[in-house]
Amino acid sequence: MMKSFTGKTVFDGVAVGKILFYGKKEEVVKREKVEDTDAEISRLEEAVKDSTDQLGMLYEKALKEVGEANAAIFEIHQMMLQDEDFLDAIRNMIRTQNVNAEYATASTGDHFSQMFASMEDEYMRARAADVKDISERLIRVLARVEEKEIEGEEQVIIIAEDLAPSETVQLDKSKVLAFVTRLGSSNSHTAILARTMNIPALIGVEIDPEWDGKMGAVDGAKATLYLEPDESTLEMIAQKKRRQDEYKKMLLELKGKETVAPDGRKINLYANIGNIGDAGSALYNDAEGIGLFRSEFLYLEKDHYPTEEEQFQAYKAVAETMAGKKVIIRTLDIGADKQVDYFEMEKEENPAMGYRAIRICLDRTHIFKTQLRALFRASAYGNISIMYPMIISVQEVQQIKQIVDEVTLELSQQGIAFKKVEQGIMIETPAAAMISDLLAKEVDFFSIGTNDLTQYTLAIDRQNPKLDAIYDPHHEAVLRLIELVVQNGHKEGIWVGICGELAADTALTERFLEMGIDELSVSPTFILGVRKAVRECNRQQADNK
Amino acid sequence: MKDFQYKVMDPIGIHARPAGLLVKEAMKFGSSITLEKGGKSVDAKRIMAVMGLGVKQGEEVTVKADGADEEAAIVALRSFFQSNF
Repeated sequence: MMKSFTGKTVFDGVAVGKILFYGKKEEVVKREKVEDTDAEISRLEEAVKDSTDQLGMLYEKALKEVGEANAAIFEIHQMMLQDEDFLDAIRNMIRTQNVNAEYATASTGDHFSQMFASMEDEYMRARAADVKDISERLIRVLARVEEKEIEGEEQVIIIAEDLAPSETVQLDKSKVLAFVTRLGSSNSHTAILARTMNIPALIGVEIDPEWDGKMGAVDGAKATLYLEPDESTLEMIAQKKRRQDEYKKMLLELKGKETVAPDGRKINLYANIGNIGDAGSALYNDAEGIGLFRSEFLYLEKDHYPTEEEQFQAYKAVAETMAGKKVIIRTLDIGADKQVDYFEMEKEENPAMGYRAIRICLDRTHIFKTQLRALFRASAYGNISIMYPMIISVQEVQQIKQIVDEVTLELSQQGIAFKKVEQGIMIETPAAAMISDLLAKEVDFFSIGTNDLTQYTLAIDRQNPKLDAIYDPHHEAVLRLIELVVQNGHKEGIWVGICGELAADTALTERFLEMGIDELSVSPTFILGVRKAVRECNRQQADNK
Repeated sequence: MKDFQYKVMDPIGIHARPAGLLVKEAMKFGSSITLEKGGKSVDAKRIMAVMGLGVKQGEEVTVKADGADEEAAIVALRSFFQSNF
């Protein structure tokens, strides 16, 4: 009988295969009496050296697979393992109590991890798990227990209570079809890793070690694990899997290739992301930069205004992760369908056309200034551009520039480093599209937000399902506006891109190329599909039409 | 002996990764370097102790260097704190 178990999807995808329960073997550490304590201490030193080497290899592996920011944890583990206070405590215990190194390590590890577990700060409490992780590693090396690996050549669905970052990195990913865990959060290391490596992953599933060896099927779209799936489920999964495999094939073919049309015209193909974790996915899918980093998550996740420092750290992290590639950060776009309590906004009849985005920023300038300061400070750490949403007039842009001048002057006076930052605007209102000739004189680039532009041009509320049938994203009015914006932008020598959903619509790629679009920014998983469309687009034929 | 005081601005405080960087920075110097918070003082070259101090945003710490290269250590650490915390 097939059974199904639902959790939460951290990375979408499907998989069918044998289930492997990945459980930590509970190492029972026995207390033994040791006569030659000097020999025991040198055995400890050897094990520390070997464990440090292991962590070094893990660091190198993680560096290649998931980037510096996610690999750094192993470097920290190395330093913790070599910490003299930690080692002294172990040595002391061996010497004074005549116990074996395994026991002394376990007991010292417990002691240190309790110190962190008792701290007030939640972030610091999480360090208790790190201490446990390194102590267990040291004990395994001392006791010569092999690390658990996936045996055999068969690919498996890994189920586990939870996975430590070191475990996830260690696993041979070519054998992993999917991860399913009971614990963990969408922001855990394992989740980030799964997304970065395109491995389907579910969390919050009530797994059972008894499933080990049974057949399973994972469907990310439904956040479901099927145990001993029946014929029709397998068929459904197989179909989805065929599509997924085609994508993976494409990934292999197109990763590292240029986004260039047969006639030689190059498009900048960037990714839209909504938080720092997505940057990994953008890199994995070979984004050439970030075309839209929505800064709202910083505001939506909190119950207070994010401080300059909090914002600075987030922007800096993305800039560093993208390592010199362009990162276009959009300033606060809150209001309409995205509401935050602490902004204390009045209820509106028509929020989509109401007090939102740049309108709030130009009214509550202290919020805007905080964000701009954070953005300019972060500019010193990478290649950041800033983009302003919901523009309808030249005056707004001039007002923005004045505030930017104030902010940069302040930073220079305080001796804080920042770089020259490209500044552009979103074209998402018909007004902005119509006066794009005037706006182009004021900014460095345009990015067309097709979702809002379509809704405002067609006067169709995106949130109203009754209107779905007449909501036509290919409406000629919208396409003509896009073309107008490209022409006006180019006349002033600035680049023009699209960052709305339409950018990923490969039925339009050829048309966009004809218009002369310079950049397309899409969700990470659409990048290679669009690259394929650009590379295969037959422009000669289009020209001869 | 040289020292300076610093108020931590970083929202998460001196957490794992920056603590690691701080220890690395401190290791570059022969002087003994300590980090103090609220009367508690730890060796800045020992990561568990630095993390164990649990320095949070808004808290003030004192960094002390004592030894032959204390001058250089303080200059380097001050700029390290400014750019990381």
